[in-house]
Amino acid sequence: MANKNDKSRRKFLQKLGVAGASAVAGSALLLQGCSDSNKSSGNKVKVLTADNKLVEVDVAHLKPGDKIQDLSYLQERGREGIPGKKFVMVVDLAKCKNARKCMKACQSAHQLKPEMHHLNVLEMEDPVRDTSYWMPKTCQHCDNPPCVSVCPVDATFKRQDGIVLIDNERCIGCRFCVAACPYSARTFNWTEPKNSEEFAEVTYDMELNVPQKKGTVTKCAFSADRVREGKLPYCVSACPNGVYYFGDQNEDLVTNGTTKKTVRLSALLDNNAAYTLMPELGTKPSVYYLPPRESKG
Amino acid sequence: MNETITKELSESQIDQDLLKNVNWGGKFKLWLAFLAVSLIICLYYYYQQLQNGLGVTGLHDYVSWGIYISNFVFFVATSLIGMLISSVLGLMNVSWVKPLARIAELVAVAFAMVAGLIIITDMGRPDRLLNVFMHGRVQSPIVWDIAVVVTYVAISVLLLYIPMLPDIALCRDKLKNVPKWQQKMYKFLALGWSGKAKQFKIMHNYTRILLILIIPIALSIHTVTSWLFAMTLRSGWDSPIFGPYFVSGAFVAGCAAVIIAMYFFQKNYKLKDYITVDHFDRMGRLLVLVALVYVYFNINEIIVPGYKANTADAKHVHEMLYGHESVMFWLVQLGGLVIPFLLILFRPMRRPLPLTLISIIVLAGAWFKRVLIVVPTQLTPYYPIQNVPENWTHYSPTLPEIAITVASFILVLLIMTVLAKLFPIIPIWEVKEEINHNKK
Repeated sequence: MANKNDKSRRKFLQKLGVAGASAVAGSALLLQGCSDSNKSSGNKVKVLTADNKLVEVDVAHLKPGDKIQDLSYLQERGREGIPGKKFVMVVDLAKCKNARKCMKACQSAHQLKPEMHHLNVLEMEDPVRDTSYWMPKTCQHCDNPPCVSVCPVDATFKRQDGIVLIDNERCIGCRFCVAACPYSARTFNWTEPKNSEEFAEVTYDMELNVPQKKGTVTKCAFSADRVREGKLPYCVSACPNGVYYFGDQNEDLVTNGTTKKTVRLSALLDNNAAYTLMPELGTKPSVYYLPPRESKG
Repeated sequence: MNETITKELSESQIDQDLLKNVNWGGKFKLWLAFLAVSLIICLYYYYQQLQNGLGVTGLHDYVSWGIYISNFVFFVATSLIGMLISSVLGLMNVSWVKPLARIAELVAVAFAMVAGLIIITDMGRPDRLLNVFMHGRVQSPIVWDIAVVVTYVAISVLLLYIPMLPDIALCRDKLKNVPKWQQKMYKFLALGWSGKAKQFKIMHNYTRILLILIIPIALSIHTVTSWLFAMTLRSGWDSPIFGPYFVSGAFVAGCAAVIIAMYFFQKNYKLKDYITVDHFDRMGRLLVLVALVYVYFNINEIIVPGYKANTADAKHVHEMLYGHESVMFWLVQLGGLVIPFLLILFRPMRRPLPLTLISIIVLAGAWFKRVLIVVPTQLTPYYPIQNVPENWTHYSPTLPEIAITVASFILVLLIMTVLAKLFPIIPIWEVKEEINHNKK
């Protein structure tokens, strides 16, 4: 089973090499349709206005600083999401060597204390082979998210682009979502958040979920702020081992954060016996895992 | 008809006996001061929690619901007894419960009111409470819970108040040496009651509507409370029997609470002729009945997942029976439920003092039982607890957390004792009615 998997993977990677070069170029454009902070003038970009209309304007006319400090603009944009997209992540467990660069990048981007994890690399037991493997676990951005169902105030919600976010301006801190999430993906600001004084004046952006607020829940946002700028998520870019792929399911393309190669999502999943975590629960995750090919150590 | 009150009592004697406790004696003021001071000390810890966040508790990301939520479940549970005694037994014309109905309703009102406050102490952002009303979403069980708890409190208050109208009027007419504000209060609350047959008819009609209404609402509040857990995908909570399981457990806690309250009122208010040895005997039997039903649900709750032993359930059941939680589990199941009900089977154990002592143990067991329902499930998540501080693999409540929980009990005692000082604790007009009925 493992050998067969190996072979097909190698073949797949060879094909990938050929396709790779062209794909890299494509990947740069992949997420750009939704960008509103591209500063090179002459480009037309689509932006979401405060009254929720998508308009195309010249970049030179944009003053990003203005809007980025407007809370109601950020709130509206954060709930709206990016039209036409369906973001997915693929985690290749065979490549994970527990470097933990992803965790570090995540914690520093989201102003998390060391014990708080939007992304946690777990050492998992493999009961069949009696070994263990490393498994990065983010929010699964479920298509049927139990956390969203139970939230009493619509503080956590599912966007049209598939991302599950939390609005810490609205969260009442009941932690029902924490209890409801079978993946233990959520964490809570039990005390005053890290560097809270430094961030006191910063306008809250729910796509980054910074500044963090005491008494509210926080979670992986698929780096919605980076994705909006056409970049890959913090964790995906930080990985040195090529573990993460990220992209748009509608386009059927995902980009590896380390190699920057873009590949077909469907082929990647089919050829590598991809799976999701606890599919029997019916949560329909947006994060796919490729099995750990070799045992660690 | 009322076979439990056997002593021949004249009406004026009844008035005198049952109105006696409505006063503000020195001893009572001392008790009140004691409660107030303890409450203030406990509230200081809540102030600390407001300042520093829920971090002052022993809660963490893996046990994010601890004794606050357990205590909330316990309070909602205990409050359900009002429905069983005054409504279910009342509608079935079980006449011996009549003198106890007001005590049961008092327990219901006090516990249900404070349950609502406990939920607020568990919130990370109590300042945003209004969000629930501004942005409330109908698919969240929390919203259902708030809706039914508020309704239950409202109906329970009415169910305490409306059948009390004749007694309030009696206080208005007879109690001339109470403070002026109290006289005014009776006058206002009596709603011009003059004991006319028509007034009695209206009162009976309203009471009957409320007694019927409270049954589905009481069932809802505890079923919905169980759904806070059962609606999740966590093994240990993900159970379709949680609704009836919670309701049956609620009656155990409630019966015990009423027995303790009965003993307290009987001793302090010298009500031996009204809360009789026979009342204790019958409440003891009721406790056996509800405890048996609860044991039955407990067996189902453990054996069904334990037999099938799917990965996650097996872990949970194992933790309960032999693992981390086993000491508390067996103490609660045997010490707090099985042994007590076996003891109560013997008549001498149903005498006031032994029954009250057993009830205290049952009530304590019921409290820890709620902790066993809430906490262990969170300690056996589907994915391992890693890369977090060592103490996140277990849960122990901190001093502020315990103090805030104690505060909820003090509040219940405050509400109950103050109400029991303002109003007669035994329905005077009903006792008279029964006695007149018996004479005929």
